[in-house]
Amino acid sequence: MERVIVSMQDPDMGIKMRNQRLLITVIPHAMTGRDIVDWLIQKYSITEEEALHTGNFLVKYGYIYPLKEPRNLCLKQDETPYRFQVYIHTIYLARKNIRKQGELIEYEKECYNALHKRINHTWDFVVMQAREQLRASKQRRKSDRIVLECQEQAFWLINRPPVSSIEHNRKSLGRNRIKSSICLESFVKYCEQYQDHDPIMQGCLPSNPWITDDIMYWNMNAEMVPMPTKLRVERWTFSFMELLNDPLGKKELLTYLEKEFSAENLLFWQACEEVRHGEASKIFLAPGASRWVNIDSKTMEKTLQGIKHPHRFVMDDAQMHIYFLMKKDSYPRYLKSELYKNLLARAVVPQETKKSVFPFMRRQRHSSPSPALVTQTAEDNGKAQPNTGKTNTGTAAQI
Amino acid sequence: MGEMEQLRKEAESLKDEITAARKAVQDATLQDTVSGTVVVSRVQLKTRKTLRGHLAKIYAMHWSTDSKLCVSASQDGKLIVWDSYTTNKVNAIPLKSSWVMTCSYAPSGNMVACGGLDNMCSIYNLKAKDGNVKVMRELAAHTGYLSCCRFLSDAEIITSSGDCTCVLWDIETGTQKTVFAGHTGDCMSLAVPLDFKTFISGACDFTAKLWDIREGQCRQTFSGHESDINAIAFFPNGNAVITGSDDATCKLYDLRADQELITYQDSSIMCGVTSIAPSLSGRLILAGYDDFNCNIWDSLKAERVGVLAGHDNRVSCIGVTADGMACCTGSWDSFLKIWN
Repeated sequence: MERVIVSMQDPDMGIKMRNQRLLITVIPHAMTGRDIVDWLIQKYSITEEEALHTGNFLVKYGYIYPLKEPRNLCLKQDETPYRFQVYIHTIYLARKNIRKQGELIEYEKECYNALHKRINHTWDFVVMQAREQLRASKQRRKSDRIVLECQEQAFWLINRPPVSSIEHNRKSLGRNRIKSSICLESFVKYCEQYQDHDPIMQGCLPSNPWITDDIMYWNMNAEMVPMPTKLRVERWTFSFMELLNDPLGKKELLTYLEKEFSAENLLFWQACEEVRHGEASKIFLAPGASRWVNIDSKTMEKTLQGIKHPHRFVMDDAQMHIYFLMKKDSYPRYLKSELYKNLLARAVVPQETKKSVFPFMRRQRHSSPSPALVTQTAEDNGKAQPNTGKTNTGTAAQI
Repeated sequence: MGEMEQLRKEAESLKDEITAARKAVQDATLQDTVSGTVVVSRVQLKTRKTLRGHLAKIYAMHWSTDSKLCVSASQDGKLIVWDSYTTNKVNAIPLKSSWVMTCSYAPSGNMVACGGLDNMCSIYNLKAKDGNVKVMRELAAHTGYLSCCRFLSDAEIITSSGDCTCVLWDIETGTQKTVFAGHTGDCMSLAVPLDFKTFISGACDFTAKLWDIREGQCRQTFSGHESDINAIAFFPNGNAVITGSDDATCKLYDLRADQELITYQDSSIMCGVTSIAPSLSGRLILAGYDDFNCNIWDSLKAERVGVLAGHDNRVSCIGVTADGMACCTGSWDSFLKIWN
């Protein structure tokens, strides 16, 4: 039916719209009932009866509305003027809104409100049409009504007007986009910077435990070791986040800040993290607190407001402020400090451990696997040692 | 149909303007930018461990942040927590519903979660005082299957579902905190970055969306794929998103340029991508495919530099450890393999 309407409105092949006379008034941009029937007969090569029938449908379902006797939703094959219903979807929603007394689905509500704003001037007309159609539909058989409702719902589900996507696209258009050259450069830089830290690409020292069964790498890089590796300490220079993500790095930073009497910033940041991730924290913001952090008054006000009705994000603004403060100030100073430089100088560069000569023996340290599994892993190991030139015969005699 | 046409025209013209704005920042080709970069030599990873124990297809796996423990979910109705280094099973958790499609390990290591055709996300406490692992919470509200879940902390988890929405849950109360609606197709996969402020989702509407967790809004939408996006991950620097799709390609979308920058495709690859994971530096992208293999891509040169061949059926999931040491693949052949 929609296709019929669209072709009817076609400027070349559709019905010619003219000024129609209604009693003494001249109505622009309208067509007569006769025009409609004649056009249908011609376009679809149907009989007059069929054309009248189709035309009646179009009026009944609101695609076309009569300008005379608006309550009589039927097609008269005479000079009665008709117009195309432009706001068909809006009327559908208005009808639904009235029927369900405001209980529209979320996206329908959005659409309805948006359309209301757009065509505010003709809103009364829309509501009137909706009421008319509802009244007319009451006269139909219940089964017909239900079928029609389902058909309409399905139709509009697929042909949903893109109201929400328009909003989204508008916002999207306003976004600041960075040049692709800069983005690509940043990937290249990032990959280069982290290359030595990528064990799958570069291997690692002393050795990759997965390959040699030697867990020294993990021991040397445990969370809190007395002396970290050089690679680890270097990584703290990559970004402030890297320093904060490493518990050892955070500890070192705290030591440095304590020397400078500005440790509360880091402690506050840490407390905020705990608020974000669940646990309550001590508040450093009350002016009378034993330690206090320096955030600007606007952020302070906003945070204090938020604390009245605390939620997970209440500390976000303050935390962000402190984070950037530390990143701009404390972090670069720490990297230039004697404390950091000393640590870097003393940091360990592990010796590469050669792949063990008797891997089969090594395996005994783990929980004893079933014999079937042992043979399998011995096979794998055999594959992993092309350069030692040794083959593993795997007999008991070797042990 | 007047106002419909108007709205459609407006949406179309906005879309055109956005396309133009995106094109305007395309001032360099990939080839030019990476011409000076050292070529990655052929990467050969070998299977170091095979984790045996599942009796049916493995659908998902996720590493713990300690880089040694991992959890896998299989349609034999079990969730197994492995000490992948010793290949021991730490926990074998029987599930109420065997139609599981996803699993996740909490960053703290205290919990695991799974879900699937039961439309629910079940949270299991691994560190209960009595030593038994049992269901802690069942998060039920989705009207479609659970395709993916990721913990933000011990108190919150994000799920993606076949009902086209993603949801942020409060685990303690078992309620929905935020519903992220906007996709027009099943959400298949999601990923969370290190700062936990945003997350990305890939869906069967061929788009990936970046969401602001706090605002509950979609910040950016990325299109370009010609079929369902099955897998999604963040590039390690947090500024880009990599996706794998049924159209046999992987793409890299930059968040700041707001567009696709690189496509990873080869005329010889004609099957869909099921899973994707970057190496620690981001230089290598490992992607699992329907043809039982895993391809290793040089992310900068957009060339294939290796293959992980060893499974006898589709590779359904892949994950790289937090320390970047090894990668794990899970397959429909019921085995998990650790490679490096």
